[in-house]
Amino acid sequence: MSEPLLRIRNLRASVDGQEVLKGVDLAVTAGEVAAIMGPNGSGKSTLSNVLAGRDGYEVTDGEVRYDGRDLLDMEPEERAAAGVFMAFQYPVEIPGVVNATFTRTALNAQRQARGESAIDAIDFLKRARETLDRLEMDEAFLRRDVNAGFSGGEKKRNEIFQMALLEPRLAILDETDSGLDIDALRIVATGVNAMRDGRRALVVITHYQRLLEYVVPDSVHVLADGRIARSGDRELAHELERAGYAAFQPA
Amino acid sequence: MSPLRETVETVERASGEYRYGFVTEIDEDRAPTGLNEEIVRFISAKKDEPDWLLEWRLKAFRMWLGLEDREPRWANVHFPKIDFQDACYYAAPKQEGDGPASLDEVDPELLRTYEKLGIPLKEQEVLAGVAGAGNVAVDAVFDSVSVATTFQDKLAEMGVIFCPISEAVRDHPELVRKYLGSVVPQGDNFYAALNSAVFSDGSFVYVPKGVHCPMELSTYFRINARGTGQFERTLIIADEGSRVSYLEGCTAPQRDENQLHAAVVELVALKDAEIKYSTVQNWYPGDADGKGGIYNFVTKRGACRGADSKISWTQVETGSAITWKYPSVLLQGDRSIGEFYSVAISNLRQQADTGTKMIHLGRDTRSTIISKGISAGRGQQTYRGLVRVQPKADGARNFTQCDSLLIGDVCGGHTVPYIDVRHPGAEVAHEATTSRISDAQLFYCRQRGLDPEEAVSLIVNGFCREVLQQLPMEFAVEAQKLLGISLEGAVG
Repeated sequence: MSEPLLRIRNLRASVDGQEVLKGVDLAVTAGEVAAIMGPNGSGKSTLSNVLAGRDGYEVTDGEVRYDGRDLLDMEPEERAAAGVFMAFQYPVEIPGVVNATFTRTALNAQRQARGESAIDAIDFLKRARETLDRLEMDEAFLRRDVNAGFSGGEKKRNEIFQMALLEPRLAILDETDSGLDIDALRIVATGVNAMRDGRRALVVITHYQRLLEYVVPDSVHVLADGRIARSGDRELAHELERAGYAAFQPA
Repeated sequence: MSPLRETVETVERASGEYRYGFVTEIDEDRAPTGLNEEIVRFISAKKDEPDWLLEWRLKAFRMWLGLEDREPRWANVHFPKIDFQDACYYAAPKQEGDGPASLDEVDPELLRTYEKLGIPLKEQEVLAGVAGAGNVAVDAVFDSVSVATTFQDKLAEMGVIFCPISEAVRDHPELVRKYLGSVVPQGDNFYAALNSAVFSDGSFVYVPKGVHCPMELSTYFRINARGTGQFERTLIIADEGSRVSYLEGCTAPQRDENQLHAAVVELVALKDAEIKYSTVQNWYPGDADGKGGIYNFVTKRGACRGADSKISWTQVETGSAITWKYPSVLLQGDRSIGEFYSVAISNLRQQADTGTKMIHLGRDTRSTIISKGISAGRGQQTYRGLVRVQPKADGARNFTQCDSLLIGDVCGGHTVPYIDVRHPGAEVAHEATTSRISDAQLFYCRQRGLDPEEAVSLIVNGFCREVLQQLPMEFAVEAQKLLGISLEGAVG
């Protein structure tokens, strides 16, 4: 089997001097959907933020290889251009900047970094409409300011919309299912499943196994107290649903 | 290092890169250094002015003497006392005879300067639709004189007068005499008095009754000479039922000395007339230590003299070491409308104290004020605005919105609204916000692939959108880029 798209080895990271990740090992191959589950405070969000390169997370040991490159050595925007996407748990608002402008600027910044030509406004609009259609989202969405005044569900759908347009190779979904009603969850799942084409990898971070009913994972990993405590297939998710995380909580 | 800190430092590093800081090597005709009646006479003689205007200037000069040591001190700006005797009040590129009759006679060195600045002076290029030229007539003012005005003939066909004010004094004295100083009197304030005494060139516009000016009019101001100030005077008259859109742009060389720019702009809108006045001000802002840069002390005022008239000011202020400027509207005519849309950036050690005055005199007058202040680096920014409703202004309404955006932690944003209502039925609303570009916003943009500069530029443009939308299409894109540059190099 070929080299995994993402390989994390003994990753240790601290926030405000407090060690949160205590030696994470994980490999995700192209085409794989890996679910990372765990109780609150286990380090799930820290892991996604470290992978995306957010400031304030200090990596103290270990390495992360992505597509043959040292991911931790790259700026956040370089990671994005290389195909790493993170769907935020709390997407921020950018008043005055409409979604269409934001997404097209992002797409073209990535394309430029990869040495590809820019997409003009007309082509972009065409792609955006097709994507919105697939996600059962209204076109008016494009003209609204980025996340400003959006409901929680709309914000999450906007993340999925951006993901679909940016076509990343590695998408990290940070608790995208939290706060979604069942309809929104179904639409988000549709968007995520559309990304499964055998070449991309998805890391789905979640507390509940609810989303995994719709996005069936190839592997499930339990993150507890800063380490991967157990790995298995989707049966593991069901087991966690029944038994909870008690077995993994520190005594 | 936090992304925000990184951005702030990128901004600081890039801020030496003022792109218009070059000097044009050209012979200049200069007045002797200093300021006295002789200098006022010298300037008037240079321009071959009639006696009435010389007298008008001398009256202003005497008023200015009376105001000596009475510079406005209430603004939230700090700078050493200016020695008004240590400056030159007139500098002009040397020329033969009466000056260029057509563009072909303009000194090629000057044409190259404007080309470098991206200002279209060649009518044939504009007509041929050369990219970036736009449908614009331009008056180019270089130090104390106008060096070229384009499309005068085409405008004249519709009766629109667009020319240097010195030419208007000669060719249309009745109009100049009637309106000059009618909105900003000679003794209005310290800098207005100084300007009235020594003003050099500037633009004159007259749009006759019922005419909608077919193209954007614009003046491009360039300070080039060392040790001089620029004191232009602009007068725009929109006769009944007419419409005009006017834009001014400004740049200056990068120098260690401070140079004074004290302009006066007067607008008169008669019944049913509409004037839209836009400014993109990008004078040299000085360096990161506050050395050099233009002192931009400007008096701009419009009078909505007739019923149903409208005056709209839009300004994008990114340059100057110090800005002191309050484009105002006197709402005299019933149902007249005054608008003020402003974006001001203070980066490096720039200081800006800017805003507007809306004076409601007529019935059912309305005013809108939208101000977006951005502070970065060690910049200090103050919005200062007055809304006054006089006793006879039945049904007057005002809406004011002042938003401040802070980038970094050593800049300042201040809001000083004055509301003076003397009518019980007036409706006056004031909203204000202060926000920061958060690390979360920056990271969100970077995760999507934008570098920190693109991210800041995008967020700032979003913050300013309501104002940028007011600019004529040709200039909106330029202004957006300028904000970007002022935040790479001035937060842009």
